[in-house]
Amino acid sequence: MSATLQSAFAAGLLATGPAPGGLTAWNNKTPERRYGVYRNNVMASLTAALASRFPAAENIVGQAFFQAMAQTFIAAHPPSSPVLLAYGDDMPDFVANFAPAREVAYLPDVMRLEIARGRAYHAADAPPLDPTAFAAIDPARLGGLVFEPNPTLSVLSSLHPVITIWAMNAGARPLAKIDVWHGEHALIARPQMTVEITSLSPGGAAFFHQLVAGATLAIAVESTIRKHADFDLSDNLATLLRSGAFSAIHQDKTNEDRNHV
Amino acid sequence: MLSSALPRRVGVGFKPEHFADILTEPQPVGFFEVHAENYMGAGGPPHAQLGRLREDYGLSVHGVGLSIGSMQQLDRHHLARLKTLCDRYQPESFSEHLAWSSHDSVFLNDLLPLPYTEETLARVVEHVDQVQMTLGRQMLLENPATYLLFADSTIEETAFLAEVARRTGCGLLLDVNNVFVAATNHNLDPGDYIDRFPLAAVREIHLSGHSETADELGAPLLIDSHDTPVKDPVWALYQEVLGRIGPVASLIEWDNDVPAWPVLRAEAASAQHLLDAAHRSVAA
Repeated sequence: MSATLQSAFAAGLLATGPAPGGLTAWNNKTPERRYGVYRNNVMASLTAALASRFPAAENIVGQAFFQAMAQTFIAAHPPSSPVLLAYGDDMPDFVANFAPAREVAYLPDVMRLEIARGRAYHAADAPPLDPTAFAAIDPARLGGLVFEPNPTLSVLSSLHPVITIWAMNAGARPLAKIDVWHGEHALIARPQMTVEITSLSPGGAAFFHQLVAGATLAIAVESTIRKHADFDLSDNLATLLRSGAFSAIHQDKTNEDRNHV
Repeated sequence: MLSSALPRRVGVGFKPEHFADILTEPQPVGFFEVHAENYMGAGGPPHAQLGRLREDYGLSVHGVGLSIGSMQQLDRHHLARLKTLCDRYQPESFSEHLAWSSHDSVFLNDLLPLPYTEETLARVVEHVDQVQMTLGRQMLLENPATYLLFADSTIEETAFLAEVARRTGCGLLLDVNNVFVAATNHNLDPGDYIDRFPLAAVREIHLSGHSETADELGAPLLIDSHDTPVKDPVWALYQEVLGRIGPVASLIEWDNDVPAWPVLRAEAASAQHLLDAAHRSVAA
């Protein structure tokens, strides 16, 4: 095959119109339907790959809508790697600008939650912090701790009740009317072999975002309390240990003077 | 270089939904085959399961994304990932397809056909050499299920595969369902294809189901769908091949509409029954 023929064959797979030249069949010199089998295989297999990454999103909009949306996405953003585990990471951004999905404003965040779950599922295994990790530390030095995120960790903040919607569409909670529409914050991690989602308060989310960004415990607490007066530190430290969000702690060496809770 | 060395028994394609059933008791399968690309994450349940299976069963790593039939260069990053996987699990066999699936950095996720010419032969040989050199092991190359032909082809598929095997020392994975599908689609006799196939290089056989449709002229067009039990003419071809080459590692591939474990296990038992008969006739 000349490289040209292969290029034409490849280009036609994600397009419409007649099959490229140079093809044949025992009974037909223009085997359109036979070429169409490959076209269909490409689109159907990539659509299935996206549906398997976003089952809750598919459930929300229905199979027909999801497939049409996926096909538009695939044509514009075909995968670049033969490893499809991360294919579609940019689909929520695409969906946010996809006019037919505008009424389902929460859909991109549900998809981001599904991406975080998938990432946690496949990320490197790292043991969570020992539940007694803080006990061995001099209380005066607690504020100087920095936290190494577990490779499975994501913290997702949404203006929509994203955990509730996801759970209702993933079979984890019965479908019901959502009476009070408020934002939800999710901590996604895999402490052992099961991916878990923990709901955070707005203050808790701010706190975890700070720690993930590399702030010391003291700085994270300080800046969280400034905006969230009701922030409950002991409650969130318990979540921190229980959720497997972090896999190591060490003392920050650069800001010793600010490390007081 | 490590030779492909699967047990001469029946294996099945591993599906995670069967994991718990498989663990309940020793299963009558000689090996499991996995798609390499599904185990290219860093950790988590996929690797935990594969590591656990590896303790008790043989393993065949089957790539579906290397694009050996591409006229462009192999993706070095992907080849490196395959090496990491093979080094970690030390499978008895690594196999890939006589097909291409990537072009200009776009992965098309299907096994696409190539014309058979001196030019494509040279390129495939170069790629198989590169794979075997990188992995430090013999690979198996699988005959494709194809739906159309190329006006420029000058070499028969069986001769093409024979020449790749001769020049590179690779083994062949004979997919008898693909033989039946492609022969039907090209109005050829599958038995004739087997007659011409370089059977001495076969180290593994694949068995699977296909679906039936028609082209725009009403001629049968079979699709390699892996979503049904093995069909009767494919069983017949399998027996024909076993009769000629004796027992060889054989795999039930069931990738779509995956059945419950007992159904897949029964399908494997059917194949094992034929394989046992081949063992007996060798011993006789």
